[in-house]
Amino acid sequence: MTEQATNTPIAKPKAPPSIVASTGFLGLNRKDATLLALVVVLTMLAPFILNPFPEGSGMAQFNAGYPDLMQRFVIFGIFAIGFNILFGLTGYLSFGHAAFLGVGSYAAIWMMKLVTLNIIPAIILSIIFAGLFALLVGFICLRRSGIYFSILTLAFAQMSYALAYSVLTPITGGETGLQIKATDRPILSGLEPGEIGRANFFGIDMRTSYELSLGDWLFTFNAGYYIAAVVMLLSFYLSIRIFRSPFGMMLRAVKSNQQRMSYTGLNSKPYTLAAFVISGMYAGLAGGLMVAMDTQVGPERMFWTASGEVVLMAILGGVGTLIGPVLGAGMIKYMENIISKINETILHQWFAFLPDGLEDFVVSMIYPFIGKGWHLTLGIVFMLVVIFLPGGLVEGGQKIAGLFRRKAKTDDTPSKTPAE
Amino acid sequence: MTKSNFTRRGVLKAGAAAGAALATPTIFTGAVWAGAHTGFTNAPQGDTVTLGFNVPQSGPYADEGADQLRAYQLAVEHLNGEGDGGMINTFTSKTLDGTGIMGKKVQFVTGDTQTKSDAARASARSMIEKDGAIMITGGSSSGVAVAVQALCQEAGVIFMAGLTHSNDTTGKDRKANGFRHFFNSYMSGAALAPVLAKAYGTDRKAYHLTADYNWGYTTEQAVRESTEAMGWETVNSVLTPLTQTDFSSYIAPVLNSGADVLVLNHYGGNMVNSLTNAVQFGLRAAEANGKNFEIVVPLYSELMARGAGANIKGILGSQNWDWKLENQAGAKYYGTNAFVQSFGTKFGFPPSQAAHTVYVQTLLYADAVNRAGSFNPCAVAEALAGFEFDGMGNGPTLYRADDHQCFKDVVVVRGKENPENEFDLVEIVEVTPVEQVTYAPDHPQMGGAEASLGACNPGA
Repeated sequence: MTEQATNTPIAKPKAPPSIVASTGFLGLNRKDATLLALVVVLTMLAPFILNPFPEGSGMAQFNAGYPDLMQRFVIFGIFAIGFNILFGLTGYLSFGHAAFLGVGSYAAIWMMKLVTLNIIPAIILSIIFAGLFALLVGFICLRRSGIYFSILTLAFAQMSYALAYSVLTPITGGETGLQIKATDRPILSGLEPGEIGRANFFGIDMRTSYELSLGDWLFTFNAGYYIAAVVMLLSFYLSIRIFRSPFGMMLRAVKSNQQRMSYTGLNSKPYTLAAFVISGMYAGLAGGLMVAMDTQVGPERMFWTASGEVVLMAILGGVGTLIGPVLGAGMIKYMENIISKINETILHQWFAFLPDGLEDFVVSMIYPFIGKGWHLTLGIVFMLVVIFLPGGLVEGGQKIAGLFRRKAKTDDTPSKTPAE
Repeated sequence: MTKSNFTRRGVLKAGAAAGAALATPTIFTGAVWAGAHTGFTNAPQGDTVTLGFNVPQSGPYADEGADQLRAYQLAVEHLNGEGDGGMINTFTSKTLDGTGIMGKKVQFVTGDTQTKSDAARASARSMIEKDGAIMITGGSSSGVAVAVQALCQEAGVIFMAGLTHSNDTTGKDRKANGFRHFFNSYMSGAALAPVLAKAYGTDRKAYHLTADYNWGYTTEQAVRESTEAMGWETVNSVLTPLTQTDFSSYIAPVLNSGADVLVLNHYGGNMVNSLTNAVQFGLRAAEANGKNFEIVVPLYSELMARGAGANIKGILGSQNWDWKLENQAGAKYYGTNAFVQSFGTKFGFPPSQAAHTVYVQTLLYADAVNRAGSFNPCAVAEALAGFEFDGMGNGPTLYRADDHQCFKDVVVVRGKENPENEFDLVEIVEVTPVEQVTYAPDHPQMGGAEASLGACNPGA
């Protein structure tokens, strides 16, 4: 390996020198192990954490602990983690990542329609297909960097979208997309005639839920969510290992100065291509999981706005940090699903205690930001984060943590992100 | 919507009453919020019932979505005994008396489909899983309708489709839990053909420009087969990308193709742009084969007519319903004025056909529950299947049991030459009687013999 030698002249961005030494728990240093443990606890207890308000209270509107949204949190978390491996480490901004998500989804649903309703083969197939497609796209797009690379990936994604939307209608179902129908007889399923197949994990239906009611609180533990959550934890662990590996170091070198890297005689393309493919496979995994949780695919999953969304997720959470993209994904999905469902009637109830004129005034002030206006709210949050917290939500968390730490100890080395 | 009456809380209470002190874990397979003792998903507890209105509030069909939400609000008011009652007074089934549905007050939750099937399904799932909605309705495009209909089938709730015109919704993608009141591509073709023959003759050569997605394909096929059956010839048909905004390059070859009719299988912004281009190219004034060149738009809407402005004048198309129907086509279409009156009083302008169809769907659902005496989706589906009714503005209507499609007269309209105001852009040319637009349930355009509703799914 020549990396050790060539690493030295390269400006290593904020990377502690000891990180290559993989010791300790699962090959993680203490800080990373703590972070992983934290994420494990958060995802496993998500049904409690996301449902903080009792049923029937006015605040129940803000509860997010229902299966669909919890599944979306972890699936888009995986998508964002994968995107971050490319964008966060190499600095290559791909504007076409949704294409890999879509390819993965189509692969998974065909596996389920034709071969088996078990989600594992479907997910594996989706990763393989997304990886192959990423290899092709990456091979072409990585000939350029910067804005040209972004535009090329965007073009590929839009091309895939257009193909799925109309040209390839026999394969993709066109605008209507694909679902599992009563006429689908997967070879290995043994369905009753007329029965519509359901995605399962060795017999466990993804929709199976276990409900726990404690007083006024209701918590839902959904099989699909926990399967997706375990996959997310594995992806997260893998991403930590990639971040801390010599390979990750090479990717950071690409980000900091690719030209200098090539002057030292290193060909950076294999590294960037590998990062691109890994990142595409993460997207494919997310796509496969989406199908596993909700057996339907539509082409708009590949639309450029979907690619833009994952960029937002990464930036909102903190590019190049480990946990940031997951937080960003959660934040965006929460707003999309919770804020967008608040309507005028609900607002009027909240402010019913105010005098009539004042109530109408307050409601009319808030109304543009809720319901269909959730994009506006997201935009404002995004602007605030980019202006005041350029490091994303992670930086916000660090600032808060810093406040407490300063109280405890007067001087603490300003420890950088737990991630980088 | 009063928070204290959430269905899930009802589920909780019932659980507590069942004897468990604090922790009452129960395993439900299939659907999440189902009460095990009721046998179906989201059985309403307490004295309220929650409906889910899933409409596009952003994206290309946001205008239709906004109008649908207005109609839903109105329907809920009328069901709960507020307002003037609208079409409840003219509806032939008399089970609705302003006390909600089966004595339970109607509440609703809303969501944004964004005209994307993923977003629409996410929104519908949150309504079912979080808000305990017993029925999902709405939508302004066929892709979304098919996706949400499949979801409702899996989850075990009823889906009352909104504005969806593609054959597939009640054709090859029909579902036992899904119902459509709106008409479809086949009906448009069948209704237009005789009117076209009368207006333009049976010796015509047609050129199709078709939006390159499912709805475009089914519409082109329907219009093509109906017009060819009466003697027209199809010269050419060209697919146009959905995202196209400038159709000049598609229009230019039309004049030299030997065709004398242009059929625009486009909807929404697509149609507005292609029609404008066609008129700019002088197609309306042109002559071909010794006849005046004509343009046809199979699916019309008031909102599109408004977008196309003066270009729409004199162009033929079909509609599910029009707010002037009762005044112009006679008392057979009673109910129309009652609805227009109460909509107009509340919002200050006449309703669109998108608003009409969802209003009717909500009332039909409520009535079916009352007649079935149960919220169980299977009982409701049974009450709706084969149901004949009148007084909803479309004349006598049948909810056919074979494919859950409504059969009723189809309105053929023409862009008005001298509109009096912005809501008076189309004039009714003819109302094609239902017999002419009826087809066999296993019609090849509808998925053939393979298409089946499957079994009704109550969830739980």
